[in-house]
Amino acid sequence: MSAVGARDQGAMAALYDRYSSVVYGVALRILRDSAAAEDVLQDVFLQLWRNPGVFDARRGALGAWLAVIARHRSIDALRKQKPEDELPETVAINMDLENGTARRRVVEKIRAVLQGVPQAQRSALEMAFFEGMTHSEIAEKTGEPLGTVKTRIRAALITLRKAFAE
Amino acid sequence: MTAHDQFAEDLALYALNTLTGADKAALEAHLAGCAECRRELEQLHTDISLLALSTEGPAPPARSRQRLLSAIAQEKPAAERESRRSSAWGWFWVPSLAAVAMALVAFSLWRQSQDLNRRIKNLEAQNSQVQSEVQHAREVANLLTSPEAKRFTLIAANARPQPQAKAVYMASTGKLVLLASNMEPPPAGKAYEVWLLPMSGAAPMPCGMFKPDSKGSATMMGPGMPYGTEAKGFAITMENEAGSEVPTPPILMVGTG
Repeated sequence: MSAVGARDQGAMAALYDRYSSVVYGVALRILRDSAAAEDVLQDVFLQLWRNPGVFDARRGALGAWLAVIARHRSIDALRKQKPEDELPETVAINMDLENGTARRRVVEKIRAVLQGVPQAQRSALEMAFFEGMTHSEIAEKTGEPLGTVKTRIRAALITLRKAFAE
Repeated sequence: MTAHDQFAEDLALYALNTLTGADKAALEAHLAGCAECRRELEQLHTDISLLALSTEGPAPPARSRQRLLSAIAQEKPAAERESRRSSAWGWFWVPSLAAVAMALVAFSLWRQSQDLNRRIKNLEAQNSQVQSEVQHAREVANLLTSPEAKRFTLIAANARPQPQAKAVYMASTGKLVLLASNMEPPPAGKAYEVWLLPMSGAAPMPCGMFKPDSKGSATMMGPGMPYGTEAKGFAITMENEAGSEVPTPPILMVGTG
């Protein structure tokens, strides 16, 4: 990241090669359109190039942060809303995401944990995460009480957290 | 329940950028003074990043890489051109350039100030709305619970007054208000106990005790049930004043939604 801060195009290309599939994967899943997903991919990396200081590399993992930023930007595009200013400066994660093989193992574990989350919880979380729906919108769509929707979203996230705390 | 528990679920929605309106304003006000909730928010961003990482799949088309590299290559020469132009004109222009730079900085600061003002106004508007809602809720609660308030129950003309109770319950907050009227005075050492009948079919959950006044009326505010406890209905039994963990038959009153 420090090389990117020093305007090293080669370093930027290396970062792209390492993490473009992470950013593109999130955008494609949310937008379900390859051209729109490519636009988000371009936007996320161009923002990083223009303003590398927006990510606090001392406290977090770039791969995890890029995944979160890609999600936010994709939801902005999906809902045709003004880009959110309030983005996290870092995402702390105690895993190796730089190495492609290690990251694939992490991804497989995440998917396995998600498969074990009760369907109602997973569904509520996915509607919030992949469609950017508010809990009110989810409650209206599913007919569930607001409190239940909130509880399910948090419970699913906590299940993920606990699986990686072990 | 602590303030942190109260905000726990909203924090998850906030981390997902799906919390809006007064809820968002209230949470942001709490976050400003609560380090524990800020730490939990950071943790939630980590949880969310796991979900985002789960989508990693095929690599993007090769043209995307070329598109990005072309874009950043075009940005760099632009900066260099500025640099070369500056050196060609020599030091003569330094004071002017400094003035321009200062003007740009001033303009940038003014824009930031405008942006901050706009945000402050938005927060003030949201805060005002929250205050108004709190005031309204307080007035309703005061009216419902005030011993000075007179209660009137309207029933069919010529009908004999029957004991009745109304329970107002919100599962998302676990809050309950019960209004009872025409209740028989309980025997010495006894009191009425209210029970939540869970939607899940689990055992009845105690919600609180009450004794009616001399006119047979009572208002009870429940101590707060666990968040999200869905109620199929409510019931009332007669118990010892100390209360009971399980209802003692007979069920005197019952109502389902």
